[in-house]
Amino acid sequence: MHSDVLTIGDRTFQSRLLLGTGKFASNDIMRQSIEASNTEVVTVALRRVDLDAPQDDMLNHINGDSILLLPNTAGARDADEAVRLARFARNAGCPSWVKLEVTPDPRYLLPDPLETYKAAKVLIADGFHVLPYINADPVLCKHLEELGCATVMPLGSPIGSNKGIKTRENLRIIIEQAQVPVVVDAGLGAPSHAAEAMEMGADAVLVNTAIAVARHPVAMARAFAKATEAGREAFLAGLGGSSDIANASSPLKGLMWE
Amino acid sequence: MYSEVFPSIDQNELMSVIEEVGSRDVQVALQKDQLDIKDFAALISPAADPYIEEIANKAHQLTVQRFGRTILMYAPLYVSNYCTNGCRYCGFNHQNLMERHLLSHGQALDDAAVIASEGFRHLLLVSGEDPRYVDEQYLGELAVKLKGRFSSIGVEVQPLEESGYRHLSECGVDSLTIYQETYNTELYSEVHPSGKKRDFNYRLDTPERGALGGMRKVGLGVLLGLGNVSLDACNLALHARYIMQNYWRTQVSVSFPRLRAAEGGFQPYDPVSDRTLLKLICAFRLYTVDAVLVLSTRESAQFRDAVFPCGITQMSAGSKTNPGGYSSQDDTLEQFHVEDSRSVAHVAAAIREQGYEAVWKDWDPLLV
Ligand code: SF4
Repeated sequence: MHSDVLTIGDRTFQSRLLLGTGKFASNDIMRQSIEASNTEVVTVALRRVDLDAPQDDMLNHINGDSILLLPNTAGARDADEAVRLARFARNAGCPSWVKLEVTPDPRYLLPDPLETYKAAKVLIADGFHVLPYINADPVLCKHLEELGCATVMPLGSPIGSNKGIKTRENLRIIIEQAQVPVVVDAGLGAPSHAAEAMEMGADAVLVNTAIAVARHPVAMARAFAKATEAGREAFLAGLGGSSDIANASSPLKGLMWE
Repeated sequence: MYSEVFPSIDQNELMSVIEEVGSRDVQVALQKDQLDIKDFAALISPAADPYIEEIANKAHQLTVQRFGRTILMYAPLYVSNYCTNGCRYCGFNHQNLMERHLLSHGQALDDAAVIASEGFRHLLLVSGEDPRYVDEQYLGELAVKLKGRFSSIGVEVQPLEESGYRHLSECGVDSLTIYQETYNTELYSEVHPSGKKRDFNYRLDTPERGALGGMRKVGLGVLLGLGNVSLDACNLALHARYIMQNYWRTQVSVSFPRLRAAEGGFQPYDPVSDRTLLKLICAFRLYTVDAVLVLSTRESAQFRDAVFPCGITQMSAGSKTNPGGYSSQDDTLEQFHVEDSRSVAHVAAAIREQGYEAVWKDWDPLLV
């Protein structure tokens, strides 16, 4: 085993696949999918957590010893709401980690860069490890990094769209420039999309819909785990890239061998 | 406001679109990602019947992709059946000589306790339309008292001013439901012979006043069976899309209340068949992809179990439609008769059996 670990904040992870929990048909399928994915980070929407009905709660289906429970602020429309949710979660015993989602638009759930920045600032000052969900905006990423965010989480395409990586050029720049881990979040609809992100050099991917709504979520979780690993390995092995050097159609080639 | 936009929609022209769509239009609609109103009309037309399987499949896939295999559970709490309106089709109509009740906050909390004990965290406060009994103050104070027990509180009461919605929103109410009943202005006057509800435009602009007043979710609907169902559905679809386009922070939900027998013996003008209702649900999923689609216990258990996977994302269960109905076990004074009378646990089990999760909490008061 090589020691290719992912470090976020003060923790290290073997797996580079993060899992979202929003759309599973049951808590049991969710739990099995988490196991099959080998993930070590699971995000949970705070608005779904019912502290008054702990027996039904999805939190009980996630093994908090081996897995980092990453509360997210889904539903928050502005910085204030996101900060309130994050603090509430910490007061209720969650770790000081938060996936920051500020999505005023209920249709495409696109992140609000201004409010995300504002909330990140407050939460970092408050001692949180902040993992912000954002559009694939390289400049915003640098700002968030300077602020002290633990990662940046740019989207591949809108949440739940399963369209894969539609923000490739910007993701490439983000990955090239980032000093913190880049987690490609949202829109990854097939294992090949996850592999693509990892081949590009992303540090990790986050998947929810594609696994949760697959006909066989557990098998799909396994497929994503493999694809993420394969993509990572390909990146580390050094993809040849599409260089022109060995291109048979090179005009030089013909000239020199004849 | 939509009352300024609505008159520019030529209803005759819309009717001819509805009458002219054919099977080719259905095929086109099925190929598209972004549907226009002609596509919507095609999907609810008789020409869509041979494609119903295919339409339902697409609606199902889109719903699962956007919402997952989850159904959000909610319960209505009727706080009053006093009403100043004379809607011909409704049992609460002020001319019906029935007993009237207003729940005190204490009584409402008793009903709420029963609802909470069944697992619900999403509550809808419903009343007849009589501001002398139920106004923003009554609702606001009640919402504050309910807040600890429920994570989401909605209202389905008379239209309020924007300031009223702002007040409610500050008290913890996050959503508003208001049915236009019909978009046919003549029929609207005919079935609303008296009371404030006669003001078509005031009602039409209510969802927007709600959105402006801070409501996170606004629910629209027509009373199916009242007007021409295709024309009303097309108007509803246009209205829903208008709200989505103009209030980008507001989530839109659409409900499908079918007119039921009520006190007063009103018969539906244009009864809506199961097949038509199924087509409506699918067409709304395809046309307003991200809308929350709601199905109540007005529909039979059998029908609900069969159609919910085709687009529904929110359902009620174990509903009582009379004030005090949960804590008193008394079924008199219902607004309408509940068809799906299964227990809450039974409905939740039926949802699970189809491979869906019944979600009880999907909101948090901290978000308001
Ligand atoms: S439909 Fe509403 S407004 Fe009309 S009579 Fe019934 S309760 Fe009153």
